[in-house]
Amino acid sequence: MISEATKARFAREVAKYPAEQKQSAVMACLAIVQQEQGHVSEASEAGIAEYLGMPQIAVHEVTTFYNMYNQQPVGKYKLAVCTNLPCQLRGGYEALHHLEKKLGIHMGETTADGMFTLQQCECLGACADAPAMLVSDRHMCSFMDNDKLDQLVDGLRAAEGKQ
Amino acid sequence: MTTAAQVLAQFQATGVQTCFHDRHINPQIYADLNGSNWSLKDYEARGGYQALRQILGKDGGEGLTQDQVIATVKESGLRGRGGAGFPTGLKWSFMPRQFPGQKHLVCNSDEGEPGTCKDRDILMYNPHIVIEGMIIAAYAMGISLGYNYIHGEIFQVYERFEAALDEARAAGYLGDNIMGSSFNFQLHAHHGFGAYICGEETALLESLEGKKGQPRFKPPFPASFGLYGKPTTINNTETFAAVPWIIRNGGAAYLACGKPNNGGTKIFSVSGDVERPGNYEIPLGTPFSKLLELAGGVRTGRQLKAVIPGGSSSPVLPASVIMECTMDYDSIAKAGSMLGSGAVIVMDDSRCMVESLKRLSYFYMHESCGQCTPCREGTGWLWRLVDRIQRGDGRPADMDLLDSVASNIMGRTICALGDAAAMPVRAMLKHYRHEFDAMIRKPNPQAATSA
Repeated sequence: MISEATKARFAREVAKYPAEQKQSAVMACLAIVQQEQGHVSEASEAGIAEYLGMPQIAVHEVTTFYNMYNQQPVGKYKLAVCTNLPCQLRGGYEALHHLEKKLGIHMGETTADGMFTLQQCECLGACADAPAMLVSDRHMCSFMDNDKLDQLVDGLRAAEGKQ
Repeated sequence: MTTAAQVLAQFQATGVQTCFHDRHINPQIYADLNGSNWSLKDYEARGGYQALRQILGKDGGEGLTQDQVIATVKESGLRGRGGAGFPTGLKWSFMPRQFPGQKHLVCNSDEGEPGTCKDRDILMYNPHIVIEGMIIAAYAMGISLGYNYIHGEIFQVYERFEAALDEARAAGYLGDNIMGSSFNFQLHAHHGFGAYICGEETALLESLEGKKGQPRFKPPFPASFGLYGKPTTINNTETFAAVPWIIRNGGAAYLACGKPNNGGTKIFSVSGDVERPGNYEIPLGTPFSKLLELAGGVRTGRQLKAVIPGGSSSPVLPASVIMECTMDYDSIAKAGSMLGSGAVIVMDDSRCMVESLKRLSYFYMHESCGQCTPCREGTGWLWRLVDRIQRGDGRPADMDLLDSVASNIMGRTICALGDAAAMPVRAMLKHYRHEFDAMIRKPNPQAATSA
């Protein structure tokens, strides 16, 4: 079920496109659902398909094609560290490995308390800020040396009362 | 107590290192920005929306016809800033203006080419310059609906652009009867969500239609069959951002900023082994050595080894070659590479080219859309070969196999991603074959390099 509040956010996106092209809003609707629920479930895909008047499989094609949609539940914070060449040259892998050690997990995994999921990601488009990291799809973090990574993880834990 | 949002905000880019420095040369797009002067009022104070006033005849003048606007852009020598370097005025003249029915204008801000981060700083710190450029383009081509497709990873930039759109609508620069004229133009922002391929213009159109971003066959080209099957013109963010200056100052003045056939300024994103990575706006034709100097030079204690001059898809150039180049389309092409998106990835003498190519190859394998077999299968072959060479498991025949796979991808795919994956391989083999050979002979990669 999609709430009325969420539908209001959908409507804002749908309004950008010609009336017969509502499907264009599918990426935005999926991103909204992910922001609210943490991932995109089959039920959400069905709800969006109905809302936009498109086949559910066409929604699922979009979810599975684009890297940032979470097809499974993730931790409260998804940490995506860029390791592409420009970041690699300035400590991208060091950042990823530092987080693996700090969180006690490997990339692709989620901490036992459900706080953090750690991923390697492709180019974030913040190459001059390397090492760059994207937190939960919407927060770009720049110049993430080990000290800053510690501050970020400790800060988020404290903010969530998990220190 | 500090909230999670406050924690995250501490690490947000400020633009100080990458954009608000005094190391641009005669900047037009990045001029006078400080991070807090992005809004409409500030943009107007810098002369913003004057060009729009001028073409609509709202500055006391006669206004410009569509043909005059296109002629001015042609005269300027402006070439597409997204990678291909196609002359913008010529592209605009391809739009069938008399076509009855809807036509579309699209801005490609899906900036995901490794090394590139210039459009992000334009949209974040000077969003109205892109909006004004798009309005002028729409006027010139008789278009009433446009979209700016923004890279999904830079979500804060997308939100900033939406805020700027709201301002422009409220001020009457967007919408119906713009500034009291008969010209209508609606503009909206659309975000991606993680797919490099959507920077390819027809994949972008598919994505904008709410589908998987798989490139289309060309022809038909977007100018005849684009968004929703209607004529569409697509330009890069920086291309649109150049337009207001050209209208205000004239095409000849813009051309004079650069060099013949390479008009104007260009923003270069310098990353990698330099002291001051960042975006640098400089006239086309500036020597590479000057750009390197602006970026603080190679990291202290190191020598320049190689440069990838136009984003990860462009062939690598050894130090001795790039140091003789000027930064413009023609000089870099003559040296055997491409100016591309202007992403300059600098590598110093500690770097192992096998390791560098391995990460590039992984990227193309990951981002291949899977539509064409040579690319879907070939990019996997490339990565697996480079990976096993780097791990010390390479076989003598691997060098020829790498070259064979790369040449069998090139020219056999719908879009340029296949070529983009193959070109770096061939250039690396051309200039640094000895590093690959050394790793194949010596099973321990640590013994072969210090990187």
